[in-house]
Amino acid sequence: MKIVFTSKGTEWVSAIDPRFGRTDYFFVYNKDSDEISTVDNRAIVETAHGAGPQTAQKLFELKPDVLITGNGPGGNAARVLAQGNIKIYVGASEMTVKEAYEAYQKGELKEF
Amino acid sequence: MKEIVVISGKGGTGKTSLTASFAVLGAQDVIVADCDVDAADMHLLLEPDFKAAENFFSGVIAKIDQNICNQCGKCADVCRFDAIPVIDGHHIVQPLDCEGCGYCARICPVDAIKMEEQNVGNWYISTIKTGSTMVHARLGIGAENSGKLVAKVKNEAKRIADEQQKDLVLVDGSPGIGCPVVSSLSGASFVILVTEPTVSGFHDLKRVYQLVNKFGIKAGCIINKADLNPDVTQQIWEFLKNNAIEHIADLPYDESFTEAMTQGKTIIEYRQGELQEQVRQSWDKIETIVNSL
Amino acid sequence: MKIAIASGKGGTGKTTLSTNLAVYLAEKKSVVLTDLDVEEPNSGLFIHGELIHQEDKFNMVPQWKSDSCTLCGNCREVCNFHAIVQLVDQIMVFPQLCHSCYACSELCPSGSLPMTPEKMGELQEYQSGNLHFIESKLDVGQEQAVPLIAQTLRYVDENYSEVMLKIYDSPPGTSCPVIEATKDADLVILITEPTPFGLHDLKLAVETMQELKKRFVVIINRYGIGNDDVVDYCDGENIPIIMKIPNSKAIAERYSRGELLYLVVPEFRAELDKLIGFIDTLNRETEQ
Repeated sequence: MKIVFTSKGTEWVSAIDPRFGRTDYFFVYNKDSDEISTVDNRAIVETAHGAGPQTAQKLFELKPDVLITGNGPGGNAARVLAQGNIKIYVGASEMTVKEAYEAYQKGELKEF
Repeated sequence: MKEIVVISGKGGTGKTSLTASFAVLGAQDVIVADCDVDAADMHLLLEPDFKAAENFFSGVIAKIDQNICNQCGKCADVCRFDAIPVIDGHHIVQPLDCEGCGYCARICPVDAIKMEEQNVGNWYISTIKTGSTMVHARLGIGAENSGKLVAKVKNEAKRIADEQQKDLVLVDGSPGIGCPVVSSLSGASFVILVTEPTVSGFHDLKRVYQLVNKFGIKAGCIINKADLNPDVTQQIWEFLKNNAIEHIADLPYDESFTEAMTQGKTIIEYRQGELQEQVRQSWDKIETIVNSL
Repeated sequence: MKIAIASGKGGTGKTTLSTNLAVYLAEKKSVVLTDLDVEEPNSGLFIHGELIHQEDKFNMVPQWKSDSCTLCGNCREVCNFHAIVQLVDQIMVFPQLCHSCYACSELCPSGSLPMTPEKMGELQEYQSGNLHFIESKLDVGQEQAVPLIAQTLRYVDENYSEVMLKIYDSPPGTSCPVIEATKDADLVILITEPTPFGLHDLKLAVETMQELKKRFVVIINRYGIGNDDVVDYCDGENIPIIMKIPNSKAIAERYSRGELLYLVVPEFRAELDKLIGFIDTLNRETEQ
């Protein structure tokens, strides 16, 4: 199973980025192989409009099973993600990636 | 770090005056971000020093190099925005009409068209009269606010808050229901809706709340000029109750907001009285709510 | 004559002025009032007429045809507005982000993105005696105000060429929607408040009108509050102030109930007469 977090940095202790479309990074945790990797999304900040769908396309290409974020994707981005059977959990705004993962495991995050 | 965003839907409800008052009450504890870039008025009350300025580039527009152009007119044919008229025998792009789609540049047979980034304004990091920091922007004519600019202003404010170990970012949000306000709301911990009991005020409050609700952000409401129309005020109360929106305060119709503004002051600094006490209590209430999130 | 009523910031009284002016003028002659603040149209809250026509408004957006598409990705690459996303085996179009430039459609090698109409809003037309009222409203979720404004203007031109007096309630601000709404106006009325915020935003609106080379005048709302800086600024720049609406809580109360002010506030009506006198003079000038 592959879990993706929107994050401010590239480590387990990095903060969750509450924004989806303009998140700084994707933090990718592959539970089966216990491997982590990150995707730099900062170039998207240069997009005046339509950051959501662009970021969603990028996420889609990672083929994740679960997305954990803060506020949840906007309408446009949600439309892209709906094509991929990705389960989305929100409400992790004030946590680190690690805390968000633990909260997800305990079932404390809200499904979007 | 918590982020409080103040929005109103309709203009003229007192949103900026109240946000500036909260900035004064929060003083050194809050970093301020002005995302109401179309009517960026908060600087008139908070005395920023415009210290660090940077150009802001957004979008592109077409530019035809007249040394290369053979005036074939293909660009004008494909342009859906009638932005390339012939002036004195030359095809010239009209910047205010160009949407920046880049179609002309792609099909120009002699490659005479370049898409150039536009410098649409500046953004600033300033020290304000409370000694705290404010991030704000100023746009040129015809330049529109965008999700990108709002994100930039907010990001800078958050970076500074991190650096100075401040817990609160206070954002004067964008008007309307389009992309800028979506970007203003993105990442917010708490939203303050400032409204007035007029037919239009209530109408716009409902429209903008749809958006807040979609993002699932906790919201509170301040009804300004509440005594202007008790009937509509009552309807707003009902609306707040039905939507579980925190009712922060009813403020009276009071011209001292304007009198204070005329002196470049927020209501808090202008004089002490009942109104000031109510604004103070509103801020205390907001801080309590935000701290409990 | 086309008169656009605009302001730098919102909440300065644009809608109050447009609706009162239009209804008052319509006591004597035919008037068309058009609300171009398509994101938040509020004029309709003050005008009570009979709905005589209603139509959906469309803009052209590409629609993906999966059968002929080769998934070459050219459309996604040419779209400067990020309105096209390419997933593994499909193309997705985001109409709200599309500016209808046709590049993706016309440059598609397999013709798989024909431009098709998509609803963006609604136009409604009301009539009450001599007054014709037209209002367009953008659907929630749509973000492009300019195409709807342009189509509304065209509708008015085509259907009301015989009506001499046309009043346009413009969107606030100084960006593209305002420019579109005031582009064809013979006169732009900028309405402001005599406060520091009002002055700051008025200056931006004045710069915009100068850039567009428009004839414009100023009206001060809530006159008596604040200070004299707006008056001094206008005097210094030789901008005529043609009407001063007095500051009064009674006016604010009546506005809050959606009432037409000129019917119930004599001072307001007297000031409105000045504006109408100005418009008449201007009309005679243009006729000569």
